[in-house]
Amino acid sequence: MENTSLAHHLILAGLLFVLGLTGVLLRRNLLVVYMCLELMLAAATLALVAFSRFNRTMDGAVLVFFVITVAAAEVAVGLALIVALFRKRGTVQSDALTTLRD
Amino acid sequence: MPDGLFIFFAALTLGAALLLVLSRNAVTSAMGMILALVGVAADFFLLDAYFLGVLQVLVYAGAVMVLFLFIIMLLDTEDAQGAYPWKTAALGLATFFLLAAGVLWLFHWSGAVSAVKAGATPPELSTNPAEFTTAAKSFGRLLYTKYLLPLEIAGFLLLVALVGVVSLSKDNPESNA
Repeated sequence: MENTSLAHHLILAGLLFVLGLTGVLLRRNLLVVYMCLELMLAAATLALVAFSRFNRTMDGAVLVFFVITVAAAEVAVGLALIVALFRKRGTVQSDALTTLRD
Repeated sequence: MPDGLFIFFAALTLGAALLLVLSRNAVTSAMGMILALVGVAADFFLLDAYFLGVLQVLVYAGAVMVLFLFIIMLLDTEDAQGAYPWKTAALGLATFFLLAAGVLWLFHWSGAVSAVKAGATPPELSTNPAEFTTAAKSFGRLLYTKYLLPLEIAGFLLLVALVGVVSLSKDNPESNA
C-alpha cells in the first residue's frame, strides 16, 4: 500500500464502470445485463471507499454500506421480475422482447 | 509504480469483469462476476476498509451471486451461438475505448485528481472514531447517530423487497402475472 494514489483507485473504478456499461450495451441476455449493472454499482462503491479513505472521513464508507444493502434488495426484486417475465414469455433474451416495438 | 498487490488485484478484477462481459455462457459470466467482486473486496482491504471488504464478500460474492446462479440454472436459458454481429461488436468496442480513454484522461492526465490530493500515499490512519478508522465500531457509531434515519429506511426497504418478491413469485393465475 506504499505507492497507490487516489488516482490509481479511481482509474480502476472507472475502468470497471466502463466495462459494466459496455456489457449493458453489448449483451442480450437479461441476466448478464443485470450482472453488468451490479458491476457498475461495485465500481461506484470502489470510488466511494477510495475518496473516503483519502479524505479521512467515514461518510463514504457508510454510504457504501447502504449501497450494498439497497443492491441486495434490488437484486432480489429484479430477479423475481426476470423470473416472472420468463414464465410469461419463455425467454430472457432482450432482442426477443419487442412487443412494444412491433 | 503502484503497490504490487494493487496491480495484482486490479488485473484480476478487470480480467474477471472482461470474462463477465464477453463470455457467451451465463454461468461463466456469473463466475467472472464473483471473481470481480472478490477483487473489489481485496481493493477495499488495500484501502483499509476491512469491514466493507468482508461485507462485500459475504453479501455480494456470497448471497447475491448464489441467487444469480440459482436463477440462471433455474431458467436454463440457451446461449446465443456464434460471433457477435459486427454492428454490436463495433458499438461495444467503440463505447469501451472511448469511455476508457475518457476515464484515463480524467483521472490521470487532466491533473484534476492529483491537484486535489498531491500525496501518492493515503494519509495516516487516525484512531479518532469520527475520522476514517479500520474499526467496525466507527461504522456503528455513524449508523446510529448521523445516519439513523437512512438506516431505518434501509431496513424498511429490505422488508418491502421481501414482501414484493413473495407477491411477485406467487403463482397467481387470475392476475395473469
